[in-house]
Amino acid sequence: MGSEPDSQVLLQAGDIANKMRRLALQILEQHPKGDLQFVGIHSRGVIVGERVRELLKDDLGDIPYGTLDISLYRDDLDDMGNMPTLKSSDIPFSIDDAHIILFDDVLFTGRTIKAAIDALTDYGRPRSVELAVLIDRGNRELPIAPDYVGLDVTTSKQDYVRVRLREHDDEDGIYLTKNP
Amino acid sequence: MEPRKDLLDIASLSLEEIEFVLKTAGPFKELFTKSIKKVPPLRGKTVLTLFYEPSTRTRSSFEIAAKRVSADVTNFTVGSSSVVKGESVLDTIDTLQAMKCDYVVVRHAAAGVPNMISKHTKASVVNAGDGFHAHPTQALLDAFTLRETFGDLAGKKILIVGDILHSRVARSVGQICEKLGMEIGVLGPGSLIPQARPKFMRKFYTYDEALGWKPDAIYLLRVQLERQNDQFFPSLNEYHKIYGLTEERFRQVEGEGTWVLHPGPVNRGVELGDDVMTYERTLINQQVENGIAVRMAVLYWLQPETN
Repeated sequence: MGSEPDSQVLLQAGDIANKMRRLALQILEQHPKGDLQFVGIHSRGVIVGERVRELLKDDLGDIPYGTLDISLYRDDLDDMGNMPTLKSSDIPFSIDDAHIILFDDVLFTGRTIKAAIDALTDYGRPRSVELAVLIDRGNRELPIAPDYVGLDVTTSKQDYVRVRLREHDDEDGIYLTKNP
Repeated sequence: MEPRKDLLDIASLSLEEIEFVLKTAGPFKELFTKSIKKVPPLRGKTVLTLFYEPSTRTRSSFEIAAKRVSADVTNFTVGSSSVVKGESVLDTIDTLQAMKCDYVVVRHAAAGVPNMISKHTKASVVNAGDGFHAHPTQALLDAFTLRETFGDLAGKKILIVGDILHSRVARSVGQICEKLGMEIGVLGPGSLIPQARPKFMRKFYTYDEALGWKPDAIYLLRVQLERQNDQFFPSLNEYHKIYGLTEERFRQVEGEGTWVLHPGPVNRGVELGDDVMTYERTLINQQVENGIAVRMAVLYWLQPETN
């Protein structure tokens, strides 16, 4: 698998590694003492969070890590052709009073993040929740802003951003297809 | 997975659909250890339970499941004394239609009533047991429980004991176990084992012979005491002696590490003795807990046409 016709490469494997480091450095700058908990959103947000967590190991040690499936909290379940297969949400620690950083691969309309915040607050009441994303492609439909961004890209609503990460897709690469 | 409107039986489900429900039920079950056990996929939807036959467990299980996926639940209990004719069922459907329910959970003594209702309503219909026909959510929760216990079920042996003839549970459980690749044996009074049974059901004549087959799990069907007037076997005592999991047989089962299932409610001293209830490989309580998770998965999967 590689790029598809009519699609341009936004990030290659090496660039992705750099963007992950960038996320890690930004987080370290804001939270030099750590005291954080990470939560990755299924599927690829989990991978982004894991990689950043790995990069911060030397400075911040083992950051508690949880995963979240937001399918049940989506606001468009009624309109979906196919029902998503649920994955385990696994947050093996108390989030009460914790500083949480949520991870996702792409930030687009903001609806996934809204759902993630809804899901998260069913686990407890965090002190704060921040958002880290690999790509911010704009076109928000809700008032949601990221705190840490790997790459900002200007896209239109009809464009398609495809993220491939090797833990899930056998390769690292991010592609933009214009008006597919 | 493509949504369906109704869940009426196991026979019409594809293996992919069964797998989808079993996989989806897992994450629902994980919610039970959280302090907030509720998730929002059916927010704003109404689930109506319509039981023409008395049932406390199945109805409560559906009710809890519906509430945990954030639906509003109304229970419509039809008096057991009222003689229910085809006509009045259709009248009831008109009432439902006017109430704008999105999901209807139906139990009826006559086979096919849920199918008929499903043809006349835009709401999703879930069959919670119809006559001798089917009880699909029971079969799904049993399959989920067996999966939890054994992992892959291919080649595993299950022995179903009791009234196979009148049992919608036996029918649906048999079908799902067959679809998942299990070997199925049946044991019960000759008058209660159907002559025309599916080829995959292997018939045993005695308990010794059946235990010699070395089943991985034994599924005890409830003896329907309300059917005792029909005289399919001489007495409950005799049933216990010949087809019950007596103390003596239990010791053999315990020695082999065989798992025991029962759809509940149990008749102690008929299908099983007291010691089976405290046996660590009795899955009866897991079946009850898993029933809620599986029914949540079913409600999540079905898509009514009322949207």
